[in-house]
Amino acid sequence: MILLLQYTIIFASVLMLVALGGCFSERSGVINIGLEGTMVIGALGGALVMKYLPVSAGAFAMVALTVLASALLGMLFSLFLAVAAISFKADQTIIGTAMNMLATAGATVAVKAMNTIASGGNDVSSDIAYTHTKDLFIVRLGEFEFNWFMLIAFVCLIISYVALYKTRFGLRLRSCGEHPQASASVGINVFKMRYAGVLISGLLAGLGGIVYITAGVSVWKFEYGVAGFGFLAMAVMIFGAWHPLRIALAALLFGFLRALGNVYSGFDFMLALNIPGVVYNMLPYIISLVVLAFTSKKSRAPKAAGLIYDKGSR
Amino acid sequence: MNSTPYAIEMLNITKRFPGIVANDNVTIQLKHGEIHALLGENGAGKSTLMSVLFGMYQAEEGVIKKNGEVVKINSPNDANDLGIGMVHQHFKMVECFSVLDNIILGVEDTKYGFLQRDKAREKVMALSERYGLKVDPDAIIEDISVGMQQRTEILKMLYRDNEILIFDEPTAVLTPQEIEELLQIMRNLAAEGKSILFITHKLNEIMAVADRCSVLRKGKYMGTVDVKDCDRAQLSRMMVGRDVEFAVQKDPAKPTDVVLEVKDLCMASKRGKRNSVNGVSFQVRAGEIVCIAGIEGNGQSELVYGITGLEDVLSGSVTFCGQDITNAPIRKRSLMGMSHIPEDRHKHGLVLDYTLEDNMVLQRYFEPEFTTKSGILRRGNIRTYAEQLIEQFDVRSGQGPITMTRSMSGGNQQRAIISREIGRDPKLLIAVQPTRGIDVGAIEYIHKQIVAQRDAGKAVLLVSLELDEVMTVSDRILVMYEGEIVGELDPKTSTVEELGLYMAGAKKEGAQ
Repeated sequence: MILLLQYTIIFASVLMLVALGGCFSERSGVINIGLEGTMVIGALGGALVMKYLPVSAGAFAMVALTVLASALLGMLFSLFLAVAAISFKADQTIIGTAMNMLATAGATVAVKAMNTIASGGNDVSSDIAYTHTKDLFIVRLGEFEFNWFMLIAFVCLIISYVALYKTRFGLRLRSCGEHPQASASVGINVFKMRYAGVLISGLLAGLGGIVYITAGVSVWKFEYGVAGFGFLAMAVMIFGAWHPLRIALAALLFGFLRALGNVYSGFDFMLALNIPGVVYNMLPYIISLVVLAFTSKKSRAPKAAGLIYDKGSR
Repeated sequence: MNSTPYAIEMLNITKRFPGIVANDNVTIQLKHGEIHALLGENGAGKSTLMSVLFGMYQAEEGVIKKNGEVVKINSPNDANDLGIGMVHQHFKMVECFSVLDNIILGVEDTKYGFLQRDKAREKVMALSERYGLKVDPDAIIEDISVGMQQRTEILKMLYRDNEILIFDEPTAVLTPQEIEELLQIMRNLAAEGKSILFITHKLNEIMAVADRCSVLRKGKYMGTVDVKDCDRAQLSRMMVGRDVEFAVQKDPAKPTDVVLEVKDLCMASKRGKRNSVNGVSFQVRAGEIVCIAGIEGNGQSELVYGITGLEDVLSGSVTFCGQDITNAPIRKRSLMGMSHIPEDRHKHGLVLDYTLEDNMVLQRYFEPEFTTKSGILRRGNIRTYAEQLIEQFDVRSGQGPITMTRSMSGGNQQRAIISREIGRDPKLLIAVQPTRGIDVGAIEYIHKQIVAQRDAGKAVLLVSLELDEVMTVSDRILVMYEGEIVGELDPKTSTVEELGLYMAGAKKEGAQ
């Protein structure tokens, strides 16, 4: 039971971070399909820190540097989208798709190259292991393994809510996603706000990436990318109606479903049902299809999300 | 404190776009505390001039002076810093924000980075009280009336302490009562020392509220007059360049057989649960012009979609010349003699990237006259037919029948549609806002054509938002409000005020 709670919270943290990222981007008017790829790149940054930073550096330095590396790489990678979609007015969907393909392939090549060189050709896998350093992220509270990432995700949630609804920055950002011409007419720099939205989404998605790959395992095969979690996070964002608090609730639901796949064997009655494990693993994806089919009609995306901002048009 | 009586002056402004001079040596001087009307037809350069003043375009020649000093306005921010505010024709507001958030957007007060909404609310309420601009600061924009949205836009300018207020065609979206209210607000603002530029092409509003009036025609400055020294005819002559008949000349209608009968028609709404058209019934007879009046968005468009077959009907029936056509395909309706001048000429009226001649045969290309049995177009016949229509209806274009429709002016695109629809010799002509965005001279022409169709024994269904058009052209008026017909009026015996009350939903009769 505690294990189920623990996995629910950690997967919910991943989904929430990435969905909040998507929320910032779309609220500013840019659809970020590239969340999946951004997660991979963020995960790569964090995993490298965890691999090469010695355990003796201590928990604080380890957590701080890992978070920093993931967030920074995520932001850098999302610059692709910002520059292409905002400055050069390219199609946002195509850019995002390209980013997803580039990220997984690029990360695989990079990790394989590193492994090959380090092992003198014996190891050509795309794995990064962080078995020992991973423990530094965990504080045991009885049976429950508290992970610092959980706290970070919670803090990000609070900050996101306050930033979007209680500050000048949030008011302006949201106006750019709804009616950029109106924003411009009152002197707001739409380009700047959209850059901010996309970069924040990169930061959060990068963070989500490292949390995801350290959630259940101690070795990550980068060929797998992040197994569609970026897209799942987009579903969470839509289900959460682009609102941080509702996104948190949606993330908990989807996190719970994903956690079932990891821990169902611990429950006798579930084992007794004799359903193959893959069914549990498929659950969140199937539910997201169903949920989106029924809710997306009513949901209200930011009006100008996905539209290229052109000063001349009215 | 000012040596000059002028709050803002635009002197000898020239603004060119590729191939066209939008403003040719235009001068406008706005006095402190006056309401100054800017009059001109569509395309006369009013909007361009205001965009120059508001910093969205830069003029090639000429200077702008504020209180006698030359200023540079390179962006809306500069304009704002100079105290210039503008209510745009299409409101620039975020629809899912509250009234308050829209007002403060861009000039928010913050403390430690947090918005100070309470302080802003106090200031907004004080302004609202002072100028009689009633708004609910916490209401969401998309839930409130157009009138309140406009008051929000005005408060936006006042919140920024703007001294020079530009109103771009502010009355187009309002009911007569709301227009009266707005004009009163403008008088109050001017009395408080604000200087107002009022862009419009409605002469009676100018007569009612403006002190002076500057006129533009085809980008050229035609002069400035004191409104109290002139009359409507004089102003319209300055605007159009010739005398315009305001009254449409027509004999009483002699209606005969029922051509169109709509019974209990309901159309589903795309947004919300209410039907956009709810149980509408009426008849149109041959030889009469029936007008559907109402404020935009009260179901008129959907009603027409139902009659013409552009959208599916939820329930009820449409009978045309005795045949039930409720679910008939559009081509059948068209072949039976239904003509449609659509509301949106770009979306439903023309294929913009076709030539004019191809657009002229859009509903007829498959007829033996235009296509051989083996499916090859008879280009020669199409050309002759198009040339005939072009000449008869005086459709002007760069290269005649082979002109790309996109390159034609809005007025001539509309003429092309009208020539095509009337040229098909219909039994029923449905004209939806046929004069929208068309200049005064062309409006006169279109009205004459519609009356001529009636006199030729055709049934005409006119949908219009323009009160003058409703009152002068139609033989019978049906008023729509929230998807229902709330009244039937006779234009000869009713007043504009009465019509306005029906349109605003304040008055209702047991509809027929």
